[in-house]
Amino acid sequence: MNGPHDMGGFTGFGPVKPEAGEPVWHADWEPRAFALVLAMGMTGSWNIDEARHARERLPALQYWRASYYEMRHYALILQLIELGLVTAMEEQQGRMAVPPLPVKRVAKAGMIPAILAAGGPANRPSNRPQGFAIGEKIRVRTINPAGHTRLPRYARGKAGEIVAVHGTHVFPDSNAHGLGEDPHWLYTVRFTAQELWGKDTRDCVMIDLWEPYLEAL
Amino acid sequence: MPHDGHHHDAHDGHEGSALSPLALRVKALESLLIEKGYVDPQALDVLIETYETKVGPRNGARVVAKAWADPAFAEWLKRDATAAIASLGYEGRQGEHMVALFNTPETHNMVVCTLCSCYPWPVLGLPPVWYKSMPYRSRAVIEPRAVLMEFGLDISPEKEVRVWDSTAEVRYLVIPERPPGTEGFTEEQLAELVTRDSMIGTGLAGSPA
Repeated sequence: MNGPHDMGGFTGFGPVKPEAGEPVWHADWEPRAFALVLAMGMTGSWNIDEARHARERLPALQYWRASYYEMRHYALILQLIELGLVTAMEEQQGRMAVPPLPVKRVAKAGMIPAILAAGGPANRPSNRPQGFAIGEKIRVRTINPAGHTRLPRYARGKAGEIVAVHGTHVFPDSNAHGLGEDPHWLYTVRFTAQELWGKDTRDCVMIDLWEPYLEAL
Repeated sequence: MPHDGHHHDAHDGHEGSALSPLALRVKALESLLIEKGYVDPQALDVLIETYETKVGPRNGARVVAKAWADPAFAEWLKRDATAAIASLGYEGRQGEHMVALFNTPETHNMVVCTLCSCYPWPVLGLPPVWYKSMPYRSRAVIEPRAVLMEFGLDISPEKEVRVWDSTAEVRYLVIPERPPGTEGFTEEQLAELVTRDSMIGTGLAGSPA
């Protein structure tokens, strides 16, 4: 989807403001909101691509106005209500009104270090042949999917060069919609600033792109 | 989803002793999720403590210092950064597929995630606010040199600026150039010179005092 999250190339958001001696949190509720997102993720009720897609589906102005942990909190509520884990009334009142639904796992304190250390690798075996090799020139397809995609708008239709091959990885466009992991070849593609932005510099942007986004040039 | 349409700024939650509407809302959800048995309250505390005290940019600084001091480790980092970094004990969530980007006299690397805020947690901890902000996410790819100037970094036009947009689950760690005058430094002394921003590419390593 061409959502508010697809930020690359905007120039209207003002300067970047680095903060000297930045603390980890900027308000007392931030660590709580952060931990709730992680702990609910550990129940196995959704995958990382579904979680990203929930953030992208927030109303655009809400997405742009919210601070990071605020936006994550809104997306968490959206997912909890959509899946029936929580009702809208329960969320407003902070009290249980209907019994909980079963979840795959409740992460206890003692399990956290092992869960974080294991992480969630995205590489998967696949029988698909590798379509492109390092050094090959490609063009990114011009597509505007209605659902989740990790193909940024600013790269669509642009020509680039394959510079790295990462094996076959879970395909977010499929995995975010309950259509399975459908692993595809993942490449790093180099685009010149000239090609992307018409700029006469030697600079470039490297983007990780799955094979279905690409066509031979 | 219920919303009152107001913007609850992340920084304005302390008027008197009253909690902001957003703080109250987070508190309410925490009580509800605990009551429903979906989350363990002690697990929340462990998660917070982990990213406050255990996982942060000192991890990445150790990786960089070792790469500067030990050519065999630097080679391993180039070949298989995930394994090389895991050998120092840093692995897992948001660092499952690591790539190390070595700055050189010809090339300056910087990392962004235009689509969300992907960041290599095991080596750098949680991302700073500016990394997750709309200005950085939007402008890093179209005007990287202007963004770097806002960090006080003026990269020579002779150098190539290479911006890495983390669109997949691959996470990037910039290995800054080793500062001159550090011959004979121990890994601990070298690690002191490695700033967080130098490992994102919005800064350089510090100079020895």
